[in-house]
Amino acid sequence: MYSDKVMDHFKNPRNVGEIENPDGVGEVGNPVCGDIMKIFLKIENNIITDAKFKTFGCGAAIASSSMATELVRGKTLEEAWDVSNKAVAEALEGLPPIKMHCSVLAEEGIHKAINDYRKRHGLPEWEEKNPHPHDHEEDLTCKHWPPDRFPRSDTPAVSEGYFAAYHREAEDQEKFAETKFNK
Amino acid sequence: MGEKRLVYMDHSATTYTRKEVLDAMIPYHAENFGNPSSIYSIARASKNAIDIARAQVAKALGADPEEIYFTSCGSESDNWAIKGIAFANRKKGNHIITTKIEHHAVLHTCEYLEKEGFAVTYLPVDKYGLVDPAELEKAITDKTILVTIMYANNEIGTIEPIAELGAIARRHKVYFHTDAVQVIGNLPVDVRAQNIDLLSLSAHKFYGPKGVGALYIRKGVRIDNLIHGGGQERRRRAGTENIAGIVGLGRAIELATADIEGHNRRIRAMRDRLLKGIMEKIPHAYLNGHPEKRLPGNINISFEFIEGESMLLWLDDEGICASTGSACTSGSLEPSHVLLATGLPVEISHGSLRLTLGNVNTEADVDFVLDVLPKVVSRLREMSPLYQKSGKEGGCNVQ
Repeated sequence: MYSDKVMDHFKNPRNVGEIENPDGVGEVGNPVCGDIMKIFLKIENNIITDAKFKTFGCGAAIASSSMATELVRGKTLEEAWDVSNKAVAEALEGLPPIKMHCSVLAEEGIHKAINDYRKRHGLPEWEEKNPHPHDHEEDLTCKHWPPDRFPRSDTPAVSEGYFAAYHREAEDQEKFAETKFNK
Repeated sequence: MGEKRLVYMDHSATTYTRKEVLDAMIPYHAENFGNPSSIYSIARASKNAIDIARAQVAKALGADPEEIYFTSCGSESDNWAIKGIAFANRKKGNHIITTKIEHHAVLHTCEYLEKEGFAVTYLPVDKYGLVDPAELEKAITDKTILVTIMYANNEIGTIEPIAELGAIARRHKVYFHTDAVQVIGNLPVDVRAQNIDLLSLSAHKFYGPKGVGALYIRKGVRIDNLIHGGGQERRRRAGTENIAGIVGLGRAIELATADIEGHNRRIRAMRDRLLKGIMEKIPHAYLNGHPEKRLPGNINISFEFIEGESMLLWLDDEGICASTGSACTSGSLEPSHVLLATGLPVEISHGSLRLTLGNVNTEADVDFVLDVLPKVVSRLREMSPLYQKSGKEGGCNVQ
């Protein structure tokens, strides 16, 4: 089911743990959905010098957290912000389509930790280019994946264009994961 | 050394085919390959073999051989029972009663029938997964044509009061079907005493082959066919018979029901030791299902703060085969409908583990799982942000 790379990062996760006095922390996900990621960053001179994580979730969630923290270490905040979920999944030699949301979660965790740092320093938060409907506290059913389970009819204040983009991206992710995974 | 240890604790998913069964089946692949519908002598051998198997199944259920119909699997048996009764009796009524904890072969069939104009009541269960007979009685209306309730649950192992539920249906002149797929070889079955009109079973759950099941249909029950075609199974179920499979099912059920009590004593003793050990070694663990009214080999436990799939991956790495009610293994994001129906919170349902013991297991397997599982839970909890938040860190008693 999983690539060797995913299994490696699941069984020997890099950067597990917490950073004492972190410069930025991002927690994403929801226990109800079955995955929560907490990312800790140490930042010096705009460069991520250390990244650690704690994750509650499946094998793909743990491997994605491990890979994402590996990818952002040593990068500037601008570079780290651009580490996409696709990059995480690609570095893991692909994820099964249904597990792509785990890599999305990792990307969002990094983003949230970076914005936490920016907020602490009185800087404006960067905007998510492709916001994903993940970080929802009240949606107890958590039907964000597979894509046909979302949008939920009761999600308020979201434009149609937003969902069209979400669906396109979800389809891309699926195709990407399939080609990667069926090799 | 060097060879990796394999500890199979997923007998509710499937079992191996035992040697006696395999031996009985082999001649019906190559030597006695005749189509039982033909007239020549090798065909008669096939027909005789099927007759013997039918009698073996009938004996195990307390039924007559003419009431046993062979199918391709448990899911087909469930589909046939439910759709067959529904379509044959729709003039009488359109209401079906089932429960929230059935196997998907029953639930999805009922959902399909809802689209076809039938009304379905899904009875709730209590925190142990038990159906309340009084709730069944209340749910029956003059439109009710079928009650379908599983004998024992595949995930949490809870055993339903099937005779009592059957009696209520009988009193109201409503057909009563039970999915007994998990039960054969684990609990005695007597379709007459238990007021059962239809019963589904599947060979690969009791050390028979995959790809063959049976449906008991009490004489006089009005039911439509599911598979249309030739005149096999006394014109009730078309398709050339899976002779080897049917022979295997017959032999398997004979062996599985020869000494149910002895089998249970052995399995239950191992199960209880394993369960007690897990509870002693791992804090924040909860048993799902009924403490006593449960299948002898079944353990279903939820561990707080961790997710089931990651647990299974680690156990698999150690050679332990188990399953989980977590969404992450099911292809959807919903955790087990059974656990949710017992009122277990969604987040706890994600951390469930099912171990089902059976014939292959030994006391050494129990020791091995008791050694490995606490370490796995511990390792995953250490990296869980929930564990840290809960203030419940204490760790497992890992030696």
